[in-house]
Order: sequence, then C-alpha cells, then structure tokens
Amino acid sequence: MLKIENLHATVGDTEILKGLSLTINAGEIHAIMGPNGAGKSTLAYALGGRPGYDVTAGSASFDGQDLLDMDPHERAAAGIFLGFQYPVEIPGVSNLQFLRESLNVQRKARGEEALNGAEFIKLAKEKAALLKMDMDMLKRAVNVGFSGGEKKRNEMVQMGILDPKLAILDETDSGLDIDALRTVGSGINSIMRKPDKAVLLITHYQRLLEEVKPDFVHVLANGRIVKTGGPELALQLENEGYEAIAEAA
Amino acid sequence: MNAPLPTRRDEAWRYADLKALATVWSKLDGPEQIHVPAGESQSRQIAELPVVDGVGVIDLDVTIGDNATFTLYLLAHNADYGRIHVRATLGNGSHFELGGAILGSGQQTLEIVTETIHAEPNATSNQVVRSVLADKATGSFLGRINVARHAQKTDAAQSVKAMLLDRGATANAKPELEIFADDVKCAHGATVGELDKQALFYMASRGLDPATAKKLMLQAFIADAFVSVGDDVVREGLESKALEVMEGLS
Ligand SMILES: Nc1ncnc2c1ncn2[C@@H]1O[C@H](COP(=O)(O)OP(=O)(O)OP(=O)(O)O)[C@@H](O)[C@H]1O
Ligand SMILES: [Mg+2]
Repeated sequence: MLKIENLHATVGDTEILKGLSLTINAGEIHAIMGPNGAGKSTLAYALGGRPGYDVTAGSASFDGQDLLDMDPHERAAAGIFLGFQYPVEIPGVSNLQFLRESLNVQRKARGEEALNGAEFIKLAKEKAALLKMDMDMLKRAVNVGFSGGEKKRNEMVQMGILDPKLAILDETDSGLDIDALRTVGSGINSIMRKPDKAVLLITHYQRLLEEVKPDFVHVLANGRIVKTGGPELALQLENEGYEAIAEAA
Repeated sequence: MNAPLPTRRDEAWRYADLKALATVWSKLDGPEQIHVPAGESQSRQIAELPVVDGVGVIDLDVTIGDNATFTLYLLAHNADYGRIHVRATLGNGSHFELGGAILGSGQQTLEIVTETIHAEPNATSNQVVRSVLADKATGSFLGRINVARHAQKTDAAQSVKAMLLDRGATANAKPELEIFADDVKCAHGATVGELDKQALFYMASRGLDPATAKKLMLQAFIADAFVSVGDDVVREGLESKALEVMEGLS
C-alpha cells in the first residue's frame, strides 16, 4: 500500500530524514518509535505533503501512485489520513461543517456521490459515539478551546468519518487519560483494523500498543529506520531505552 | 457639495483617495439625516455602494433617541474608492450597532469612518469591522468615540480585524477615544493577519482543496461582522453576498 524508498527530506536547511525506507502492506499495523527530534513528525508531514517539508531524494508511492507528486488534498482523497501531534484550531469553522465539506470534497474527487445533511449527521453521530465524544463538541469550532486530550479524540472522530485507507497517527496517544487511551485504542481498531486498510502509529509509549497491537515495530533514529521487529521490540525499548538499541543497530 | 474638498491633514480623510473623490465631490449631497425616535429601533443594510465614476460615498448622520436602537450592516466592495461615513449621536440608554465588511482587491481604496458620540448616559455601542484585502487594495477603519462628561455608564466597543491575502495589500485601523466621563467601558482591539498556513495544511490534510479551505476560513472571519444580525434571512443574505465577492478576490 505504502512504499517509501531512501527518503531524504529537509526542513528549512536541515536534512532531517536521511534515507528512510519502509513498506506497509494492506492489513498491517506498523508502529514507529524513536527519540525526540528523530524525525517522526517530519516523516508524517513529508508523507502528508506539508509545505516546508521538502523531499530532496527518494520516493514514496501509495497504491502504486507517486505520492510525492500529489498535492496534500489529493493525498487525502487518495485515502491517506494524518492524525496530528498538535491538532490545529480553526476559529469560526464548525467541526461538522468542516468535516462535511472535507468528506464531500473527497468523495467528489473519487467520483462518489456527496452525502446529504441527514446522512452526514447520522455518520457523525455514529463515529462520535464510538469515540465517546459529545455531539455538542462537534458543533463547536474545530479544536478551539478543546483540551489536549479532546483534540486527539477529535482527530479520531475525523478519521472515523473520513474512513481512510491508511492512517498515519502522530502521537495520538499523548495527552490522553487512561480511559480515553482505551477508547481511542479500540476506536482505531474498529475503524482501521481491516484487511484493506493500514496504520502507521507514531508513539512513545507501550501502552497504546497494548490496545492496538502492531504487526511491526520500527525504531527511527537520526532520520532512518535503524531497527525493525515485532511487538516485543516495543517492550525491549521500554526496558532498555533507545540509546542502547540505536547504538547496537 | 459646496464645502471645500478635504485634505489629508484632515484626520477623518487621512487614508482617502482624494484624487478620486475630487471627480465627484461637487455632485455629492450632504449627509443623510436619520432620526430614530425614542424607544424605537431602526436597521439599515448597505450591500452595495451607490457608485458614480468609480466612486461610492455614503454619509449618514444618525440621531438615536433615548432607549432607541440603530443597527447598520455594511459591505464595502463595489467601488474604486468607497467611503462610508457614519456619525451616530446616542441618547440616554440607546444602542448603536455597526457590522461592516470591507472586501477589496486590485487598486481599490475602501474605508469606513465612524464618529460615535455618546452624548448621554447609559448608552452602548458595538462596532465590528472585518476586512479582507487582496492585490494592492487598501482598507481602512477610523473610529472615533466621543464620550461626553456626563455620559456615565457608557459602554463602547470596537473590534477591527483585517486579513491580507497579498503582500501589496494594506489595512489601516485607527481608534480614537475622547473620553470625558469616568465611569465608562471602552473595549477596542485591532489586528492585522494573514490566512493561517497551519490551518490551511490541516484542512488540506482532510481533503479540502486550497480554494475551499480559503473560502471556509474567510467565511468564518467575515461572519464576526454579522453575528449580531437578528434576522437569519438578512444575515445569510449579507454573508452570501460577502462570500460571492470574496470568491472573486485573488
Ligand atoms: N521548522 C523547522 N525548522 C528547523 N528545524 C525543524 C523544524 N521543524 C522540525 N525541525 C527539527 O527537525 C527535527 C525532527 O523533528 P520532528 O518533529 O520530526 O521530531 P519527532 O521525532 O517527531 O520528535 P518528537 O518525539 O519530539 O515529536 C528536530 O530536531 C526539529 O528541531
Ligand atoms: Mg513528533
């Protein structure tokens, strides 16, 4: 589904990703862990096409299409969802209006029919309930005045509504309380754990990985994947820290 | 008009396009007088300026009676040089509400100039102006608030925000407060900004194309000017007119 080869990316004048390769197949859940500043968010942004994150070498394809050639909104319509480490506030634009426009623009780009108001509200209610989020919050402006945890939960409601093929979730677990973590974990499972979907989970904590069991765990350090293993690697990291593992690699 | 043409030294004409004004000056009438009788309320919406030779000028002199209300909603967009001047004199316990949007592109110069005279106690005024400026357009708001010595319990608010879509665009915002009473609340704020790039990327990551994302953000920005419109149909009319104009901006 996603094939990244020898990806180099710079932010400003600094090279952050230095030859990263990663392949994700349909049906798989991959976790990426790694020290602060390793380039995890940079990878997410580069895949999302954020301006200022320039890919200088390498390739990335999604379902056989050249991802790097697409505009950010085209990547979304192709089925990529980016869960932000720091979700952005959009004053004055309600969540519901934002999501309905987003979904319908995506559907149109794929040649599907737009959802009408009633159909959309039904879908939004269903996903809000799944993530235990109050519908009133969906009527408020996007992320404005939301707590850190509420913003993360809102990201997952959005993911549920947009129903992507590939979700790249950047520290969706940080800022969540214990119950919310469980809710979000089971939300990710029920939305994304399907044979035709895949997830790239960026996280610092083993805890989320107990809820959303990864098939592969990668260590990203210094702009590259330095080690790949199964779920046991996350445990080993928790016990030994990055330094030992990154050095041994 | 018989009066001499204003000059830039005249504070209220500081940002005006005087050259354009000169071409129509002799044809302009004096200010339109509006009296809102005590206890009544009147509302006025101006979605288009009356334009002659590219110049559109509106001049209102409003006297708001005791416990009366005057609300004014404006869209300034359809003139090379457009000017809306309002002088509102407030009676005891009265209210003046102004919601204005300045939407400019090309070489347009558009301005809203208000003089709010709190002549009597207990009156309130609220002015919200939002400008969206593209290309080399200039949008200005000058808002003078005058509170007389005995006009205690005056509450006068002004909120002025501008969004510049291009580097060549200019926004001016100038509140001027002359307050002679002591028990007065005057809140005013002015900001100038650009479209939030982070928000634009966030929206793109959800599938919104740049034009739609920009539209949603501008729509939300402008909506502040019309939140106080009581009648939903009127508000939606103003908002959709504003949106239509903004879709034409680069
Ligand atoms: N706009 C920028 N200008 C310069 N350097 C930047 C910019 N954005 C990020 N960086 C740098 O890029 C490096 C990688 O940042 P990134 O956000 O990808 O790290 P991360 O692995 O996600 O870390 P964390 O675990 O703290 O979220 C950091 O050293 C950071 O300081
Ligand atoms: Mg990060």
